[in-house]
Amino acid sequence: MNTTIMLFLVQDGITNGAIYALLGLALVLVFAVTRVILIPQGEFVTYGALTYASLSSGHVPGTARLAVAMGVVAFCLDLYAGRRSLHRRLVGRAVAVNIILPSIVLALTSWTAGHPSGIAINIALSLMIVAVIGLFLYRIAFQPIAQASVLVLLIASVGCHLAMQGFGLVFFGAEGQRAPPLSTASFTVGPLRFTGQSIAVYVITAALMIGLWLFFGTTLTGKALRATAVNRLGARLVGIRTSLAGQIAFLMAAMIGAISGILIVPITTLYYDTGFLIGLKGFVAGIIGGLVSYPLTAIAALFVGLVESFSSFSASNFKEVIVFTLIIPVLVLRSLAAPAVEEDKD
Amino acid sequence: MAERLPIFLFALVMAAIPFIPGMPPFWIALLDNIGLSALVAMGLVLLTGVGGLTSFGQAAFCGFGAYTTAVLTTAYGLSPWLSLPLSLIVSGIAAVVLGLITVRLSGHYLPLGTLAWGIGLFYLFSKLEFLGRNDGISGVPPLSIGSLKMIDPGTIYFAIWIAVLLSALLTVNLLDSRTGRAIRALRRGHVAAEAFGIHTPRAKLLVFIHAAVLAGLSGWLYAHFERTVNPTPFGVQAGIEYLFIAVVGGAGYVWGGVLGAAIVVILKEILQSYLPYLFHGEGQLETIVFGILLVMLLQLAPTGVWPWLTARLPGKPGRKRPDTSLTLPARPQAAATAAVLLRIDNARKQFGGVVAVNNVSFDVHAREIVALIGPNGAGKSTTFNLVTGVLTSSGGRISVLGKDIHNAPPQEVVKLGVARTFQHVKLVPDMTVLENVAIGAHLRGHAGAVSSLLRLDRADEARLLAEAARQIERVGLGDQIDQLAGNLSLGQQRIVEIARALCVDPILLLLDEPAAGLRHMEKQQLAALLRQLRDGGMSVLLVEHDMGFVMNLADRIVVLDFGTKIAEGTPADIKAHPDVIKAYLGAVA
Repeated sequence: MNTTIMLFLVQDGITNGAIYALLGLALVLVFAVTRVILIPQGEFVTYGALTYASLSSGHVPGTARLAVAMGVVAFCLDLYAGRRSLHRRLVGRAVAVNIILPSIVLALTSWTAGHPSGIAINIALSLMIVAVIGLFLYRIAFQPIAQASVLVLLIASVGCHLAMQGFGLVFFGAEGQRAPPLSTASFTVGPLRFTGQSIAVYVITAALMIGLWLFFGTTLTGKALRATAVNRLGARLVGIRTSLAGQIAFLMAAMIGAISGILIVPITTLYYDTGFLIGLKGFVAGIIGGLVSYPLTAIAALFVGLVESFSSFSASNFKEVIVFTLIIPVLVLRSLAAPAVEEDKD
Repeated sequence: MAERLPIFLFALVMAAIPFIPGMPPFWIALLDNIGLSALVAMGLVLLTGVGGLTSFGQAAFCGFGAYTTAVLTTAYGLSPWLSLPLSLIVSGIAAVVLGLITVRLSGHYLPLGTLAWGIGLFYLFSKLEFLGRNDGISGVPPLSIGSLKMIDPGTIYFAIWIAVLLSALLTVNLLDSRTGRAIRALRRGHVAAEAFGIHTPRAKLLVFIHAAVLAGLSGWLYAHFERTVNPTPFGVQAGIEYLFIAVVGGAGYVWGGVLGAAIVVILKEILQSYLPYLFHGEGQLETIVFGILLVMLLQLAPTGVWPWLTARLPGKPGRKRPDTSLTLPARPQAAATAAVLLRIDNARKQFGGVVAVNNVSFDVHAREIVALIGPNGAGKSTTFNLVTGVLTSSGGRISVLGKDIHNAPPQEVVKLGVARTFQHVKLVPDMTVLENVAIGAHLRGHAGAVSSLLRLDRADEARLLAEAARQIERVGLGDQIDQLAGNLSLGQQRIVEIARALCVDPILLLLDEPAAGLRHMEKQQLAALLRQLRDGGMSVLLVEHDMGFVMNLADRIVVLDFGTKIAEGTPADIKAHPDVIKAYLGAVA
């Protein structure tokens, strides 16, 4: 292995690692706030990427209709949950969030599909569609069982993953898709060629991380989410609506997933079921970060990306074996470093 | 036995099914698949539902079983019956190796760890040359007895369901035993279990191996049923599916695993065969509907279908009262001649910069009730944790009967006859009072896992339960013996903890706020009980905030404030001690 190859591998690893970092962050966020291990994170990635790809080729993606359908279900659930005290504000909010919001998104999508539109509009629409799906996913699948054990939430999460992956096949078909890059510019430094896309990956990842850090450190909503993460009951007692916190967490995770998807779909061909494995690697990073720490997760994700790119070069057959077994020593170390705190499960 | 009647009937029905005239072979094949999944799910019930260890990797253990027999029977021409023990052993060894790493993982790291090696092993299966890479191994011989070859689903059916029924029986046996109680205590954390001598890592490893061997058995059957082995059914997707079979059926119930397998396998089959008619052959609809149904099911019955079903069936099985005439031999004790039972000499505990216990020294003598009092945060519970080995001390010496217990693990401390209760009650809420208390007698029983599986532990078990029942009577909770511990009031739960501690046959009883939550009469009964124990030769060290209770009961009182001992003496001395008054009421202006 010479220096050039090594630099290539490092570059490749960092690009992938940045994506894993984003997904890892989203997983940490959702787990901390809702205790849901978000298996469908990978579906947010594929939904984002393939929605963007469909929009770019002038189609109305099925995800926009899915968002409306989920909105209707969420609306019914909202009405049913509030049936004892139906007042105007509650119904108004339910209509606005569950019916009007996705309808507007669908209308915009249909309109843009008929007109040639720029990359920025397509991206914005894709993000909106996936974000709305994320919000409704929490409302429909997880909010009714928010108090259940981590295990039950996890199984529900698997159910969501299966359903969403199935929808993915219906909407986008079995063929892989690519989409136009954010920028076609490129330049070379020594032996390395940097594309505009890879620069975008780095910049957007870094910006999102700083954004999240600021959000959780300085805004009231961010602090409310953190409070929910620490103690749900306590958060409720001081007036934080934990179900809203969960919805926000899912919305953010869906956005982050969609952004990751849009960032990679110009680089690699994505299939309706690619997301699962990508999500799992983000997951590995999240685990190494202990599902609590954002900076650690980011560093771990870069590490995972590097390990992956190096092992795909020197032992490509065993790439996945290496990536996934690698976290076991890390887990052991973490368990030893932070000995079990007695926790009250159930 | 009456309790075995339903199982016997179930076995009869299952045996009769293939002989129903006109039974489509397709249904039999479906039942075969249910049986194969049920075996794995049963292991998961024990591992996840009962033991609290969530594993995504069970499918990988099926892979070990299936590949072992596939390689041995195709490449080496071994008979499938000879490869059976080897398949089980390979799965078991894999479980030991992976388990040794995994059970050390705490909290959420554990399921994630299993996810990681589950994926890793799947890729390993699909990349190794001698396992046939992605194509796998075909041409695996069928099971055969004499000239009967079990090729069609109707004959291997019997092998599969005999395996299911036997495994279920053994698993139920295991749960209803000394080892089973240790396993069931795992889910509520390790501190309480270890305080009564249970080696929690060992118990976790045991369930891990049990579950893996069941999965290996399923894999072995699968290999000879399908007659071909490839990596797909051993991936994490399959592992996740087994997990939700267990959750759908009811993660805490052995038969829930079987029921869950039936529900999930049949549901998938129906969806696969009927949905295309309804929606004109659009692909993958079954995963969508399946996923949605799963989420709906969890919302309607989050504990699974089995408990939902049994709660609606008439007739609750009556519990057998243990025969209290059986006696358990007393715990072997060192000749308790020393006058000083517990000596705490300059014990110190620091958490970072905080000195929780600051060079505290005091003794507890034989036949004495000593109270440890002090304002909140004075270091009383920390002192308890130092004595019982829950925390390691930062300095000083603690000895019981002259034997230094310097940082011995809790399991060793309890062997010296030091038993404790907890400030925050640590009972297993879904076990009965009797079962909870019997955990206290853990070290006085000897039956191991194997004898529990085979029901050779009954004499030992009966003596343990008799002892537990006697201690429950002694603390006055005889009427609640069959209640679930979680249904008792907090005060009663504290008393249950005392009964559990008494089952150790202790020389020193450490009670952390035993009277909290008790009514006046109950407090007087408790005080009478403690006096009676002292007069019987036991010593008691208790932390308590109820001054009236302490002053009337204790022979001596030790007062802590901010981790430091500020006074020691008889109740009368303490009441008049200026530093104590200052600590409790503030300085007199």
